[in-house]
Amino acid sequence: MDALTLHRIHFAFTMTFHYLFPQLTMGLALLIVVLKTMALRTGNDRYNDSARFWARIFAVNFLLGVVTGIPMEFQFGTNWSEFSRRTGGVIGEPLAMEGVFSFFLESAFLGLFLFGEKRLSRFAHWGAAFLVFAGSWISGFFIIVTDAWMQHPVAYRLLPNGVYEVTSFWGLMMNPWAWLQYAHNMCGAVVTGSFVMSSVGALYILQKRGGDFGRIFLRLGVTAGVLSCVAQIFPTGDLHGKYMAKNQPIAIAGMEGLFHSEKGAPIVLMGQPDVEGQRIDNPIAVNKVLSFLIYGTTAAEVNGLDAYPRDQWPSTLPLLFYSYHIMAGLGTYFAALMAVAMFLLWRGKLYTTRWVLWPILLSFPLPYIANTAGWMTAEIGRQPWLVYNLIRTSDGYSKHIGAGTSLFSLLGFLGMYTVLSILWILLVYNIIDEGPKSTAETATGKTLVNALVNA
Amino acid sequence: MATLWFWIVAGMLAAYAVLDGFDLGVGILYPFVARTEDERQQAIRAIGPVWDGNEVWLIAGGGTLFFAFPLLYASSFSGFYMPLMIVLWLLILRGLAVELRMHFADPLWRSLFDGLFLFASSLLAIFFGTALANVVRGVPIGPDHYFYLPLWTNWRTGPNPGILDWYTVIGGLMALLALSLHGALYLVLKTEGDLRLRSQVAAGRLLPFVAIATVLAIPATVLARPDSLHNYHENPTAFLAPFGVAGSLVSIAIAMRKKSELGAFLSSSVYLIAMLCGAAAGLYPVLLPSTSPAMASITIANAVSGPHTLRVGLAWWTIGMMLAIMYFCVVYWLFRGKVSQYAQTYGH
Repeated sequence: MDALTLHRIHFAFTMTFHYLFPQLTMGLALLIVVLKTMALRTGNDRYNDSARFWARIFAVNFLLGVVTGIPMEFQFGTNWSEFSRRTGGVIGEPLAMEGVFSFFLESAFLGLFLFGEKRLSRFAHWGAAFLVFAGSWISGFFIIVTDAWMQHPVAYRLLPNGVYEVTSFWGLMMNPWAWLQYAHNMCGAVVTGSFVMSSVGALYILQKRGGDFGRIFLRLGVTAGVLSCVAQIFPTGDLHGKYMAKNQPIAIAGMEGLFHSEKGAPIVLMGQPDVEGQRIDNPIAVNKVLSFLIYGTTAAEVNGLDAYPRDQWPSTLPLLFYSYHIMAGLGTYFAALMAVAMFLLWRGKLYTTRWVLWPILLSFPLPYIANTAGWMTAEIGRQPWLVYNLIRTSDGYSKHIGAGTSLFSLLGFLGMYTVLSILWILLVYNIIDEGPKSTAETATGKTLVNALVNA
Repeated sequence: MATLWFWIVAGMLAAYAVLDGFDLGVGILYPFVARTEDERQQAIRAIGPVWDGNEVWLIAGGGTLFFAFPLLYASSFSGFYMPLMIVLWLLILRGLAVELRMHFADPLWRSLFDGLFLFASSLLAIFFGTALANVVRGVPIGPDHYFYLPLWTNWRTGPNPGILDWYTVIGGLMALLALSLHGALYLVLKTEGDLRLRSQVAAGRLLPFVAIATVLAIPATVLARPDSLHNYHENPTAFLAPFGVAGSLVSIAIAMRKKSELGAFLSSSVYLIAMLCGAAAGLYPVLLPSTSPAMASITIANAVSGPHTLRVGLAWWTIGMMLAIMYFCVVYWLFRGKVSQYAQTYGH
């Protein structure tokens, strides 16, 4: 493999692995704030107990998010130095802001949230939970601003020494692409959080354990799930897709596998792109839907890949096609499952309907796949550009770092992250297996500890 | 403007050295000064609520370096590729070790995490010292401003250096000693009981070694890069830094004799800051010196971002820093006082 490919795999692998954690912690942070709010409003300690249980799962995932996140910031410089040199004056800004505005906030209040419940008042503890949530969502915003500038560069100018600089701070922050992508991405994080919470709820109900915790988790998970799954498709996904069709039409053509420009273009639900033959094998297609989705009329002409020069086509077309279809297919399944669950919840039958509880239990890995596939769609769709229409990916990597060196550190990360994966599964499984503790149990446990210490 | 950003980045890295420095130091020392399980937990609890926030200074400082001096970020991060990858792996291991220890009840696994924490903390201290020494000594920058340094060549400074040579190894060992002392003084300040007593003994033994290493470092630096005295001749205010170093060493000794725990820890913080200032003052306006006279160094003039980027950056940076300092005050205030030697249950 050549150095460029290895640098790309290096970043893609460490990024994909890293994002397994933030997508859950960002989603869970919101749900934990909801639980803390319900505890404050109802005075029911069950909600506090639930929040405490999810905080433990949050803490493990947050730690893994932190330790796998640090390499991301370093890798811009180590593996993509030419890209960093040229664009540091633009994207360095949101990246530095993430550290200054979000990481300080999170690191300060996470400890208070996790360990300070006894020392803080109920309102102050709610505040700590809220600030952790705010920190994680602010962090997500700055990362999306960075990526959005690479997808759709705005508010920049080229200086004589070949580097870019920001011309308008608000222009950079208000990049329409960033806000559409942020909305779509954060809905995705809530989908992950909701599915994980619902899944644990379904587990406890099917296992007939954990008292009413299973029902609390399922109720909140399904409610947040149905809202986020619907918002994921409409309006966020729809608007993002339309904006993309306007600004990255080649990416849309690649995602949809549309090789030839067509009036009343069909949407391909399934199939295998054959790039050499420029066609889709075994297609299952619905006529005219693509034209309608993009332009709102079935007669509109949609540009296919043939409308663009070959050197601007996304470089790994089949992967782009599959990523997009996996994302969209799973997104449809999520909305359907959550809608059925919501209906049953409303009718009061969800907790006893095993044929729905089972799919909820087993579906928790799928949002991780869908979120990953969504990001792959965005990033592969941007190819062959690193910064759309400004810097090609093949111009951005560190020319001084040989393929062998890059492979060495890639293998190192593969090994390191294998260990992390095992620890992660072990720790989260243990927490779920142990289950939430009610306040009464914790209180006896505590007196026991005190008695032992004082003895 | 560029000069201002030079000192901002230097200041953030100094904050990192002082803050994360003490928890690195605790990591290096605690397997030796904390003998029982209770004492080890006590030592971990003394850094538990703050280590993550301390490490954020590295991330925020790195990010600020990225946007203020993109060329320096691009050139040095890719040029020091191998050691940086190792630093990343060590940071991962260290974070896991300190946080996951409490998740495992079995003494066997706890001793594994103790070992990992010691290993990662020591090597990180050495790497950071080595990194600073590399920056002071200079690197073989090419015509395109890039370079690539192997981990070692012939262990000599000169036209073909490696990341490790006699000078940078001294830098690494010095950081190991200085951060161990810093960590020991932090433990004296934050703990009580036997752990505190042993930390005090450790600090007393480390101090003379730190002083000797500091004295040796001056001729070593002049040998490794004769140019580093240039700024001191030009601008005598730079001599404040070496005087600060000497003064803070004396003040650590006096504070320890007078049993002023806070005084000793603060003096050690001043020592670290003065050492970094001394290095920065020797470099300015160079950011990364070239070892070959024919090639241009990376300076604040050729590495700095565009004017608008810097102006806008100053606005949000000021606001962000005020907030960050406020959070730190809240956390350190809530965490004031000594960490008891008896296992206390946290909120849950």
